[in-house]
Amino acid sequence: MKRLALIALLGCALPAFADRMPLPANTPASFKNECGSCHFAYPPALLAAKDWQRTMAGLKDHFGTEATVDAKTGLEIAAFLERNAGNPDKLGTAGEPPRITQTARFVRKHREVSAKTWRDPRIKSAANCEACHRGAANGSFSEHEITMPSGLR
Amino acid sequence: MRTIATLGLLLISIAAQAETPQQIRQIYATEAAAQQAGFTPSAKRGETLFRQRFALNDKMPACTSCHTDSPLNIGQHAVTGKSVKPLAVATNAERFADAAKVEKWFGRNCKEVVGRACTPAEKADFVTYMSEVR
Repeated sequence: MKRLALIALLGCALPAFADRMPLPANTPASFKNECGSCHFAYPPALLAAKDWQRTMAGLKDHFGTEATVDAKTGLEIAAFLERNAGNPDKLGTAGEPPRITQTARFVRKHREVSAKTWRDPRIKSAANCEACHRGAANGSFSEHEITMPSGLR
Repeated sequence: MRTIATLGLLLISIAAQAETPQQIRQIYATEAAAQQAGFTPSAKRGETLFRQRFALNDKMPACTSCHTDSPLNIGQHAVTGKSVKPLAVATNAERFADAAKVEKWFGRNCKEVVGRACTPAEKADFVTYMSEVR
């Protein structure tokens, strides 16, 4: 019984680890449909609330693409992102426009990745989490679950 | 009687939701015929549109920039690297099954790649090609 309780406790504690970032069960479908079509549906914890606000306010020119959504959807997605946003003290600043890949946390976590690796056509962009984090769709960014495209390290 | 009425209602609601590539093509073809008498969709013209290089956008000069030279293949977003499911119905049964979704992506992609909204005729041709290509 004690062991069970311990396992249960551990289970609760696991999602708190920063490399486990599954999308919450109540993630609105609009987030996956609107934000997960052209790029990976990034876990909201990867940016601070104020950076998500700036991102949502700038969808007209979203990294060179017009990505506006209707007003109702925009409010729904913004509320979801802000509710589940990351801790700005841990993430660091994200630049202007805010980029997940410019946060100090992202940079530190990826410091061993060479420029050549980033350029590989199978990866193409730091936006392509799933190229190496094969469990990313399930919220796993653990370094034990990284599989680089063959020939890269 | 009530059962029949319920059944009838159910059938109507299914028909309204059951969107197929044929139905979506028909929506665009009807729209095109209103502008251009005698319009019939053409898979060949659809293929030409798919392969045309518009070269307005450095990273996405053509549909093929993300969707590859064959719509039967899995594509890759030219900027983000994200995998894109095939456009062809033959290899992706989920394509052209939701009119609003189709309209949204024609809206975005035509603007970004072609540099303007696509016409109903172009959309009808494109859907026809994607439904027929093997």
